[in-house]
Amino acid sequence: MTSDFLLSLAQAVTKGLLTGMVYGLMALGLSVIFGVMRVVNFAHGEMMVVGMYLAWMGFEYLGVSPLLSLPAIAALFFFAGYALQRSLISPFIGRPEHQQFLLLLAVAILLVNACLAIAGPDSRGVQLDSQFDSYELGPLVFDAVRLHAALAAVAIAALLWLFFTATRTGKSIRAAADNHMGALVVGLDVRRLYAFTFGVGAACVGAAGALMITIIPVTPFLAGEYTLLAFVIVIVGGLGSMTGALMGGLLIGVSEAVAGLLLQPSLKSMFSFGLLILVLLLRPQGLFGKSNS
Amino acid sequence: MTFARRPLQRLVGDAAPRTLWLLATLLVVLLVAPAILGKYWLSVLILVLYFAYVGQAWNILMGFAGQLSLGHALYVGLGGYVAAGLFFHYGIGPWAGVFVAVAAAALAGMIVGYLGFRFSLAGVYFALLTIAFSEFTRLAFDHWDWAGGAGGLFLKVDAGTDIVNLRGGSLLFYYVILALAAGAFILCRALLESRLGRYWLAIREDAEAAQAVGVPVLRCKMIAIVISAALTALAGVWNAFYYNNLFPETAFAMGRSIEITLAPIIGGLGTLFGPIVGAVVLTGLGEAFTDLGEALSIPGIKQIFYGLALLVIVMYRPAGVWPWLAEKLGFGERRK
Repeated sequence: MTSDFLLSLAQAVTKGLLTGMVYGLMALGLSVIFGVMRVVNFAHGEMMVVGMYLAWMGFEYLGVSPLLSLPAIAALFFFAGYALQRSLISPFIGRPEHQQFLLLLAVAILLVNACLAIAGPDSRGVQLDSQFDSYELGPLVFDAVRLHAALAAVAIAALLWLFFTATRTGKSIRAAADNHMGALVVGLDVRRLYAFTFGVGAACVGAAGALMITIIPVTPFLAGEYTLLAFVIVIVGGLGSMTGALMGGLLIGVSEAVAGLLLQPSLKSMFSFGLLILVLLLRPQGLFGKSNS
Repeated sequence: MTFARRPLQRLVGDAAPRTLWLLATLLVVLLVAPAILGKYWLSVLILVLYFAYVGQAWNILMGFAGQLSLGHALYVGLGGYVAAGLFFHYGIGPWAGVFVAVAAAALAGMIVGYLGFRFSLAGVYFALLTIAFSEFTRLAFDHWDWAGGAGGLFLKVDAGTDIVNLRGGSLLFYYVILALAAGAFILCRALLESRLGRYWLAIREDAEAAQAVGVPVLRCKMIAIVISAALTALAGVWNAFYYNNLFPETAFAMGRSIEITLAPIIGGLGTLFGPIVGAVVLTGLGEAFTDLGEALSIPGIKQIFYGLALLVIVMYRPAGVWPWLAEKLGFGERRK
């Protein structure tokens, strides 16, 4: 009896970890954008949902698996994010928070209702061939789709890390995030770097959407939930910290899965919001963030 | 004979005569409006007054004291649920229940405010704290049987008018919300002209400097959130008895918190007329786009137009419509 329980607990934790990696990738986009230009992307969940719909359309109409359409979606999101930053968001950098909030709220309303207008309110999912496949490791069972999505998320996060540590543009972006004035003084084109950053953040969330659609079906109404979820994850992990976003994703993924097992599934986000309140009060820099200077 | 400055005089203060005439005309028009308007337009006007009122309440915390709350649905929901629950379970009428409702919301505001301000959360971090409390409460109400759980709480709809229990048609609710909106306007004016109001503006502009010159920052912020929460709870009570049903999914919804913030931001943050102008603009746009959406019959098209309108307003009038309008029309009020 107890070993049965332990096994199902371990199973839930595994499932949570795998989903959590995709959550982490989503939150990474939010964290990168905030960390560099101090803009909170209130349209983040909406962007996620757009990514999910694009992957669903690719599968439904072109027969392309979301894992294969992912690079195209990420590229599209990069350019859309770049253009969005250049045209709409750029003038709002450094403006009062409520103005940024209203701007991105308007973007969020446009995105989610465009999805609603195009795809309708019904839930849309993809049925992959590997839907019911699984891998076994001792007594643990890994869903194939979940495992693939998680591995892809980790690979993308690794690429992102490489970009920020090994490329010139990536280093420049970090420099601009560290010291805006200094970056201007040494002649970096900060406006272009900001647009690039927003593009990278958007590409993350677009890719996360393409992965998420393989795990759960999409409706327009998920958007608000994902925005909140991304906030919870980055605050718990540490706003602006890359490791924090990934770790926060894992933590929330596991806590949701375990809460769904032990308590009623509907109580799972109560735990997340409780955790958010505690972290905000006791460790506002996040569990994995560096202390503010 | 000389007079000390009387309260009324202080309230009117340096307002331009044409502003007072505008207000008097507005009040008279609103008082007689139900005699002229049909059922549809009355319901639209009720919506305008509701958003003007909650906008005014939210504006105290954000527009005056500079603290961004994105969780004001917490106070609407609590106010509504407490008053409706007392009426539903024990037959305690809203005129008595409202005191409990307001006390509950004020207490919630005190908790959110004390935690947020004591731990010096500012800007987005404070906003997220307010969201977290609102969402947490929503989920708690989802599982609370006394409040009807996720299935909701329903008040019996009577045909007759019973002012003692706030049961009646839209006309009754129109005058109640009109009284609330007018009262909130006067209260906000009085607050702005008071020492407390000046302290709030100092905190909004630069909290550290205010602290340095001796403004009791924590206490002033606490007063702001408690007043704001209490006023918002009144709207919640009104809401519950007007619509006769309450669901956690809508009463505490994130979307409700957001719609409360829109009228004052669109109208002009920190101004007295901002929430009113914003409520007129937003409700007007909403109704126009509803008609347009029905004509086009595409799901979501109404919201797309609405989003576009918000985008245009925030891009071209980031400080709000009223300050610009006031200048065009020659009314003196600027963002204090």
